[in-house]
Amino acid sequence: MVVTAPLPRTRRRSRPLGGPAQGWGFAAPTALFVIFLFVIPLLLVLQMSVSDWPLLGGNRGVNFPENYIDAVDHRLFWDSIRFTLIYTVITTVLLLGLGLGLALIVQESTRWKGFLRTAFLVPSALGLASASLLFYVLYSPIAGPFADLMDAWGITFLGTPEGALWSTVFLIVWRYAGFYMLLMLVGLQGIPDEVYEAARIDGASRWQTFRDVTVPLLRPTFALTTVMCVTGSLLAFEQFYILTKGGPDNSTVTIVQLIYSVAFQGQNSLGVAGALSVIVLLTLVVINIFQLRAFRRPDES
Amino acid sequence: MAMTATRTLIAPGSAPTPPRRRRSRARRAVLGIPSAVFTTALAIIFLYPLIWTAISSVGPRAGTSQTDGWGFGNYLALADYQAGVWVYLGNSLFVSLLTVTLTLLLSLTGGYAFARFDFPGKNVLFLLVLAILMVPYATLLIPLYVLLNAVGLQNSLVGVALVITMFQLPFSMFMMRVSFESVPREFDEAAMVDGCTPLSALWRVLIPAVKPGLITVGLFAFLTAWNDFFAPLILINDSARMTLPLAVANLRGQAQGVVDYGATEAGVVVLALPCILLFLILQRHYVRGFMSGAFKG
Repeated sequence: MVVTAPLPRTRRRSRPLGGPAQGWGFAAPTALFVIFLFVIPLLLVLQMSVSDWPLLGGNRGVNFPENYIDAVDHRLFWDSIRFTLIYTVITTVLLLGLGLGLALIVQESTRWKGFLRTAFLVPSALGLASASLLFYVLYSPIAGPFADLMDAWGITFLGTPEGALWSTVFLIVWRYAGFYMLLMLVGLQGIPDEVYEAARIDGASRWQTFRDVTVPLLRPTFALTTVMCVTGSLLAFEQFYILTKGGPDNSTVTIVQLIYSVAFQGQNSLGVAGALSVIVLLTLVVINIFQLRAFRRPDES
Repeated sequence: MAMTATRTLIAPGSAPTPPRRRRSRARRAVLGIPSAVFTTALAIIFLYPLIWTAISSVGPRAGTSQTDGWGFGNYLALADYQAGVWVYLGNSLFVSLLTVTLTLLLSLTGGYAFARFDFPGKNVLFLLVLAILMVPYATLLIPLYVLLNAVGLQNSLVGVALVITMFQLPFSMFMMRVSFESVPREFDEAAMVDGCTPLSALWRVLIPAVKPGLITVGLFAFLTAWNDFFAPLILINDSARMTLPLAVANLRGQAQGVVDYGATEAGVVVLALPCILLFLILQRHYVRGFMSGAFKG
């Protein structure tokens, strides 16, 4: 993905340490791993998507357009796509905005800012599953700290579709804001002081400096964080699986949850799940290519 | 994040204004108090869920195993859950340590090969490793479930570790390649002059030089494996082989739909504590490795 960009630093290429044979010797474990755990499974999922393949029955021959037709005709297909897209837009906007905001707050290195940085980062040490379980209790109308409040005001966190969506968004923002803050800090550090100095000499106000200096120079950081955040959100699973279980009334079923339930819960059809996976994979590739195009500098295109 | 600021940056539409510093300093003193309040509130929002969970896991609550007084009743309930928390902890530790070992071995040899050797297919292989990032977890786990079954690794913690290692490869390989590339070539050239083979040069000279990268890669592999939920959810169906996150998530569903919130809180604490401690101990290193390594050009 974007991370490939800054690689070619070995321009002043001096003599390699050894011959191709030795190179392959060191690369062999990686190659074996990639072939057996990535390339072959990828080919297998392509084959599954065109085969009649029940969970326990194994391959039962070609079932080509039917798997894809079944996938698209699934009653939750369009709903889950719509929900996943809405969720992705909300989390990406919030996480990038908050990440940058928090980074600007903690940029200076004072003791208090150092503490704040740690406080914002601690939640990202938790696993997504642990964080979801934590909020599952926190949002609970029985055991949560807001139980009395919820009872008195007659509200629930997870009881309505909107509530479930925003409660999950809050969990994700809590868990990931520090991480995106860190990426933004890295980007901010890459902006040389002289640039700010020049802006100051030109008499730019704080807001002008932010808008005309900081934001344009953070472009590569925005590209990286947007691609990461969009990809991560489109593939959301654990948070909804644990927190909302797709409910209420299947209103928070994401596309990956749909794949999981088609494959392992009820329908047990690896063929249709494979077809869904291939659709998601292709969509993701297209979306990422589109994003990278959009983020390319104007003078390059 | 290379610094390519070649154009001159002039904020448009701003005639040089005379210094406003005096006033803004005075304003900052006044605004300083609300900003302290604001940042304190932010810190509380981020820390409150963790602190509340830690406290209430030992606090009294009706319907849990700690009904009155403070104590570790919830942890005892967790310890007795099905196969017992020690089994799940052991499973999680096994998966995590195996993942760390495999990740370190692969990224060390692979990063070395990518950074220091020329061989046919090198770029294709590296692109394939990075392509793992583009493929959804679910897309790969379904065929992996079938494949691992076919080679007798169904229901196996080794299978889970293999899969998690594969998903960690893009990050760790990239990190180690950059780490090796930032070591000056004089290091290994000197080692070769002294009669080292590529292998002994790696062992004696380069491993010490790329140690920070190895620590970062290892730490990330550990945290990922310890916390991973999706791979064991799909690959493991024997309750004695579940890892801790899976066990704690399943714990909620027992006893006729009544959720044992107390034991869940205890489970979250057991899950989170090692991660938070590791993070706090290694924070300096973790943050620095992140900032200097992968994302800077």
